[in-house]
Amino acid sequence: MPTITQKVICTTCPKGCTLEVTRDGETIISILNGCKRGHEYAKQELTDPRRMVASTVRIRGAVHPLMPVYTSAPFPKPRIPELLKLLRSVELSAPVKMDQPVLENVLGTGINVNASREMDEVNQ
Amino acid sequence: MMHKENYDVVVIGSGPGGLAAAIAAKKNGAEAVLIIDRDIEPGGILLQCIHNGFGMETFKQDLPGPAYAQRFIDEATQVGVDFLLDTMVLEVTRDHHIFATSKQHGFVEINAKTVVLAMGCRERSRAQIRLPGTRPAGVFTAGTAQRWVNVEGFMPGKRFVILGSGDIGMIMARRLTFEGAKVERVLEVMPYLSGLTRNYVQCLMDFDIGLQLKHTVKNIIGKNRVEAIEACAVDDKMQPIAGTEEIIPCDTLLLSVGLIPENELSRQAGVLIDPVTAGPFVDDGFQTNIPGVFSAGNVVHVYDLVDWVTEAGLTAGKSAAQLVRKGVGSDGPTIPVKAADNVRYVVPQTLHPSTLEENDIRLQMRVTRPIEKPVWVEVRSGDKLITRRGEPYARPGEMVTIALKPAQVEEIKAASELRVAIVER
Repeated sequence: MPTITQKVICTTCPKGCTLEVTRDGETIISILNGCKRGHEYAKQELTDPRRMVASTVRIRGAVHPLMPVYTSAPFPKPRIPELLKLLRSVELSAPVKMDQPVLENVLGTGINVNASREMDEVNQ
Repeated sequence: MMHKENYDVVVIGSGPGGLAAAIAAKKNGAEAVLIIDRDIEPGGILLQCIHNGFGMETFKQDLPGPAYAQRFIDEATQVGVDFLLDTMVLEVTRDHHIFATSKQHGFVEINAKTVVLAMGCRERSRAQIRLPGTRPAGVFTAGTAQRWVNVEGFMPGKRFVILGSGDIGMIMARRLTFEGAKVERVLEVMPYLSGLTRNYVQCLMDFDIGLQLKHTVKNIIGKNRVEAIEACAVDDKMQPIAGTEEIIPCDTLLLSVGLIPENELSRQAGVLIDPVTAGPFVDDGFQTNIPGVFSAGNVVHVYDLVDWVTEAGLTAGKSAAQLVRKGVGSDGPTIPVKAADNVRYVVPQTLHPSTLEENDIRLQMRVTRPIEKPVWVEVRSGDKLITRRGEPYARPGEMVTIALKPAQVEEIKAASELRVAIVER
């Protein structure tokens, strides 16, 4: 199998280095540029790309109608649409604490979706 | 929500800069510290920045904006900072009187020993970039759309074009896509991205949203509501190139075309504003030209990362508390810091060598033009090199920092001014 060289822009830190990954099928032969964390990122990105996902869910009885939420770990990129669809069906009731799980082991990934902040109950 | 008439430190604005300043003031010996904010809750714009990417420097954790804010809100509450919310500051005087108004308290007058201005920044609007065309509904700044989508629960449109490749614009492109909208394109008038590269990857590339550099909006079309925009390419002088026009149907145009420090209160108080940063001239303790009036965060210059806003707030709060405790600010003469080759501006604009005896002083700057090759960031006194640091590249969208070390204090004391340049290696 011929080796292929791909460019991967690292998103681990704000620098955004462009890494050049040369691989033979699944085997990575070399990675040019970037740091150690960047090389880990490039391997992950080419085999199992993941992203932190942040969105909102509905909440009742709070100061705002929406509660911001985020995944507890980077989430498999191809399954993000499924996750967003699921989040649309969630409705919380205030009060909610920061990092309170909104969904646990979401879609069997072992990843939780947590509240990004605290929201008290308010009299409406 | 009770407040007193007299405070050691009054902070205006409860965003990351203000929260950090108030916490640092308390921790460094100021007894009575108050934060005033016009919103009904503390946190500032972080509350609508629900995306991740905050706190990598401060907490070594990848947090969403509200979670980053929550940590500082909790800490401020815990150390005993008072909050006066839903209250609009009308005026700050040279001698530290603060006039404000709120529904709950009516007209409020507060006396402060020191003031920290932490009002943040505001988005550049359609009028400020003189966009031609009709005046239909559907032209918003990206941050306004962000507030609606993330906090208030409204979608401002279905089919978007975004002008400007600032971070908020790119982040909104992803957010709107998540919520089922179609983002047709992002247009950027400059030949380079104005936000962070990682946002280009995660917000545009991931969703196949096109970015056109050296392109702008030539015309807005629509009577009651935006119906389309006319895009075109621009030449090196940023003038439209005839024959490159393209009509892009859409119902909403978002503007992510820059942020301007919000200094109405500062100007009214007599604070001198640097025309390049649009923020106050500050020293290394973030004190302005008015003794006892400090300034921190995006109100001084617009940062790329909230972590640095926090750091600036901590420095300003600490300086304010020291002034309250000792009755004097940083001692001794000051030395001006000037932007030289390929540096658009440097903050702080002056420094006290006496500060450097104990702490590093960080100089933060932006380049004028991008250099995609290794560069030196150089600090000189006349022809003499005081310190330099290598960077793999320099881009206008990414702030550059260099620290002056206590070891350099003698050389800096002897300087009449410092000049900072960013040059090819």
